[in-house]
Formats: sequence, structure tokens, C-alpha cells
Amino acid sequence: MIYTIDERGYYGNFGGAYIPEMLYPNIEELRSRYLDIMGEGDFQNQFNQLLRNYVGRPTPLFYAHRLSERYQAKIYLKREDLCHTGAHKINNTIGQILLAKRLGKQKIIAETGAGQHGVATATVCALMGMDCIVYMGQLDMERQRPNVERMRILGTTVVPATSGNMTLKDATNEAMRHWINNPTDTHYIIGSVVGPHPYPDMVARFQSVISEEIRNQLSEQEGNPYPDYVIACVGGGSNAAGAFYHFVNDEHVQLIGVEAAGLGIDSGESAATTVLGKPGVLHGSKTLLMQTEDGQVVEPYSISAGLDYPGIGPWHAHLFETGRVKFLNATDDEAMQAGIELSRTEGIIPAIETAHAVAVLKKMEFDPDDVVVINVSGRGDKDLETYIRWGKY
Amino acid sequence: METINVMNRIDKLFQQKKENILSVFFTAGFPTLHDTVEIAKQLQSAGVDMIEIGIPFSDPIADGPVIQQSSKQAIDNGMTVTLLLEQVKEIRKTVSVPIILMGYLNPVMQYGMDRFFSDAVAAGVDGLILPDMPFEEFESHYKQEMDRLDLRNIFLISPTTSDDRIERIDQASRGFIYAVSSSSTTGSKNEFDENQIRYFKRLKDKQLKNPFLIGFGISNKETFSAACQNGAGAIVGSAFIKVLSASKSIPNDILTFIKTLNSGIK
Ligand SMILES: Cc1ncc(COP(=O)(O)O)c(C=O)c1O
Repeated sequence: MIYTIDERGYYGNFGGAYIPEMLYPNIEELRSRYLDIMGEGDFQNQFNQLLRNYVGRPTPLFYAHRLSERYQAKIYLKREDLCHTGAHKINNTIGQILLAKRLGKQKIIAETGAGQHGVATATVCALMGMDCIVYMGQLDMERQRPNVERMRILGTTVVPATSGNMTLKDATNEAMRHWINNPTDTHYIIGSVVGPHPYPDMVARFQSVISEEIRNQLSEQEGNPYPDYVIACVGGGSNAAGAFYHFVNDEHVQLIGVEAAGLGIDSGESAATTVLGKPGVLHGSKTLLMQTEDGQVVEPYSISAGLDYPGIGPWHAHLFETGRVKFLNATDDEAMQAGIELSRTEGIIPAIETAHAVAVLKKMEFDPDDVVVINVSGRGDKDLETYIRWGKY
Repeated sequence: METINVMNRIDKLFQQKKENILSVFFTAGFPTLHDTVEIAKQLQSAGVDMIEIGIPFSDPIADGPVIQQSSKQAIDNGMTVTLLLEQVKEIRKTVSVPIILMGYLNPVMQYGMDRFFSDAVAAGVDGLILPDMPFEEFESHYKQEMDRLDLRNIFLISPTTSDDRIERIDQASRGFIYAVSSSSTTGSKNEFDENQIRYFKRLKDKQLKNPFLIGFGISNKETFSAACQNGAGAIVGSAFIKVLSASKSIPNDILTFIKTLNSGIK
């Protein structure tokens, strides 16, 4: 089976660049140059330096004793929550801002759901002295207040998206419109493995450092680079893409993506795209999409702003269709409980997105010597209010 | 099928009229679900040369606030592709100007591309504008079927489209080319700036095989006549939707609006 992207920008039946003509020059410029730029020695040096000295990579791979004992498996936590700004998102924004510089762009725009990508973008813009505008759904601005203020402190303008459900999908629409209106001086830093080709591939490559490190760290700690399982939550799918990237051709490594079931799969308030979605086109790519029979995109729901998206990246749609990645899901309650569980067993308060990945431990069966890696995509600081409101701890 | 033998209405229009063509865009199912038919009839009575009907979509990334809002309202009203095709059939009982359907790919894909093409032609549609359908995708998957049905696919170009690409699009186009007036989403402006005028002139000087209509930002007689001095005519969308939104008497307001637009041209 071939899991990689083809020269037309497709992963099997999914991907492509479904964009209005107004964006064609931007996307074409990116497409024709991203691999060359990313391959330059100078680019790689700068990228790797910043990941090490600014982001704090490599992030630890931590053997979680108490969790391992509870679930009778060897559970490791990949600590992306320890990245500067508190989530994996910055791996991508560092890469894209270096690329934007080389494309001669002066301004940056981004969309954000949980605010993690927005903060990561605002951070690298401050670092590089570039102007930054972040679009964020008005609802998300309310439920992720601290991140809104962090962006503002960093000098970014946060613009509320007031269409639709006022969440991530709507923020993405607004960012794309901004780009259509400002095509020449602006680069759009998309925050996940979504959007028109080459974004899904480019973002996955920037995030692939996660699985590269997991391999090295497991070799050291277990004497074998291959885990039995890698588990990651999937909103658009960037932390999962990074965690799966260097294992995807090793078929004996089981890859588990975890989607947000919201109030339950059949509740009408869910974001579990692989269960509820059908092939469709949104935000520039063909992928699995939650939609009505008439092709209107359905407003998703999850307690976690970062997973509250009606699609998944086209690579994940392909990995789902081919059966290479198994998709599970967790409800709001299951995730919140798992967040508390991780806090109490390992002293790590995870982002609610991440808590969804932790929640499926209960739904899986392991052999005692199975090596399980959970990608801890982010920390829970931004979610304290949600934890407090949920209250059951 | 008889439709195949009759000349496509878009081709016929551009054969008969070389300048000052006025095409008007509105969203299907807006302001109320069944206004589509009446608006189309009134537009023809008011003398417009072509009608573009928007298929509403939940996530119209190429549209500004006015068309976004109309799309949202149309979806809330219950507008669907199936209903639109029925409305077009109804429109065709009295309306003879070319009809183009404009919409994002996803609702059309869910209906089924080939099924949509043939049902649209059967309903009396002459062309499609699918702004997020990639040119390459059209050429490799849909061109053949659309040509067979004599259904035109209209491509957009914008000020940032390269000369090479404009030529490729011109080669692949039949009917006309939709020249987006500025690097922007849809929405009305009151005048064109120098860069825009220079871009229109550049297009005119290219002597493309297809005529082009200028769209996005045509809102009044000044912008309409400026567009007509360079292209074969223009497309008015947001400004017309604003009229519909505010209208207490749609027939009167359509007549007045179209008259005013046309009053700038000799
Ligand atoms: C901590 C964290 N994890 C996961 C996600 C989901 O995004 P993705 O699926 O792209 O990793 C987000 C998004 O905001 C996030 O902040």
C-alpha cells in the first residue's frame, strides 16, 4: 500500500487543491517551492536550531509507570506539551515562518481553534518581527480566553469570526478570505494538515520531528524503535500526522487516531468525522467531511475547541479508508475523566484535545509487554476554565 | 436530445452582442425560498442579458459578507440543489436569456457531478461557474461530459493570474471568461483604481479568443460603464443582493436598479 502523497497532491482519493483562481498564484508558488526550500541546508540548520534552542526539542519520551501499571502495558508519553507555548503546534509555525521569509512575505495570517496554533503563530511572528493577524471563532475566543490574551500580549491582532457556529471552521473561512484579499505580501500559516496541497504534506513534514524523536528515544529506552501502538488525537490531524509519520510504512506498528465524539456519536453534537463524514470538499481539499445530504457542512461540536472541526486532513482520510490507521473516539465526559486521570496518575494536566487520546486506553486491550506511545499534544493550562466548569475532580 | 442541437444561449448572446453585456447574479432561495423564479423573470423584463444564480453553500470562501449572508439565509430557508433545478425549469417557461449556475463544488459533488450536469441542461441551464473546481480537474474529469452536453464551464481569472495561465484558460474556455476585477472576495466598491483599469486594459490588449466579462465590485453606473469600456460587459452581484435585502417591492426595485446601471452607457 502507498501512503505517501502523489505528484498531483493526492493521497489516494483525497487531497488536491480546490481553491478559487484568486489563490492559485499563492498556492502554486508554495507548491513549486516548498520541497526545495525545506531541503536547503541553510533552512534545515535554522529550523533545527530553533527547534532545539527555542522550542526545547527533543521533547522527552516519558515512561508512565503508574498508568502502565493500571493498563498493564508499557505506556510512554511523548511530551509535546513541554514545547514552548504548550503544544506541538509550534513545530509547524517555526517551519512555515522560515518558509514565508524565504518567499519574501512580510505579513502572516492564521486561523485558530483552541488558540494554541494562534499563540504558536503569534510567537514566531514576534520572534521574526512580522505582522500577524489571527482569526478565531467568537465562541472559541470565549472558551479559550487566556490564549486570546497571550496572542495580544505577543502583539498579534485577534479578529473574531462571527459566521456559522463561530468556531474553527469559520475562522478558517475568514483567514482564506483575508488571503484572497491580500495575496502578494501575506503568507497564510495553516495550523493543521488540512487545506489545499501542499499544506497537508508541508505541515506533516514539519510535525514529523515527533515520530523521528520517538523512534530514537524508543531505540534508546526499549532497544527497539518500533512501538506496538501510537495513539494521538485528531482535530485536523497535525499532531497525529507527526506522531505517525515515520511509522506509517511499518505495518506492525498500530496507529490509532482519536476523534471527539462530543456528547455522543448519535447525539447530533459530535466531531467524529470518520464515523459521521462522507467525501467532500472544504477549505481546499477533498477529504472526509461532516455534511448534510445537500452538501452543506455540518457544524461540529466538541468540548475541545481544537477538535471542533467538521473534517480531517486528506492524509488521515486516506489512512482511514485504507485501514492503516484505526480511528476511535471519546466523548466530552470520557475525555474530561481521562484528563483528570492523567493529572492524578502522572502529574501531567493535559490539554482537553490530548485527553481524548488518553481516554481510549480504557477501550483497548493490551499485552503486558506492548509498547504504547501516547502523543501528549498539549498541556492543560489553556483549559483550566473548562476543567473548573466541568468540576468533577 | 433536442437541447444538443440548439445553439447554447451563452454562445448566441456573445455572437449577437459584443458590448455592454449586463449579467446579474443573485442567490437562489433569497430573500425567501420561492423568490428565485420571480427575480429571474423580473431581471429579463428589466433587460439584463444573462442571469447567474448562486447555489448557496455553508462555507463560501470566495464571497464577501453580502453574499455570505444571503447564502446563509437561503440555506436556512431550505434551499437545495434539487429545488433550484426545479425552479430553473419554472424560470425557463418564460425566460430565454442564458442562465448560469454558480456554486461551490461540494453541494454539486453530493448531488453527483454527471447527474448534475445532465439535470442542469435538462432544466435549461447553459453554463456553470464552480470557483473552487481546479482547472486541471475540469480538464481531466469533466470537460468531455460538459462538452457533450453543450454545457459551458466558465473560468475565473484575477489580477494575479499569470499571462501563461490566462492563455491556457482562454484556450480551454468556451463562452466567456469571468475576469475578477481585483484581488478580493465578492463585494461592491464604488470605483476602480488605476491598477484595476491597467489590468482591464492588459486583458483587452491580449485579444483573447473569448470575450470577457468583469465581475466583483461592480455596483453602480460608473463601475458598470468603466467595465464596459474594457470588457464585453460586466457581472453585478453583491450590489444587487443588497437591493433585494432592502426591497419592499422587488419588481420595482429591480427595474430601477437595472435602469440606473444602464444609464451610464451610451
Ligand atoms: C493541544 C492540541 N492538541 C491537538 C489539537 C488538534 O489539532 P491537530 O489534530 O492538528 O493536532 C490542538 C488544536 O488546537 C491542540 O491545541
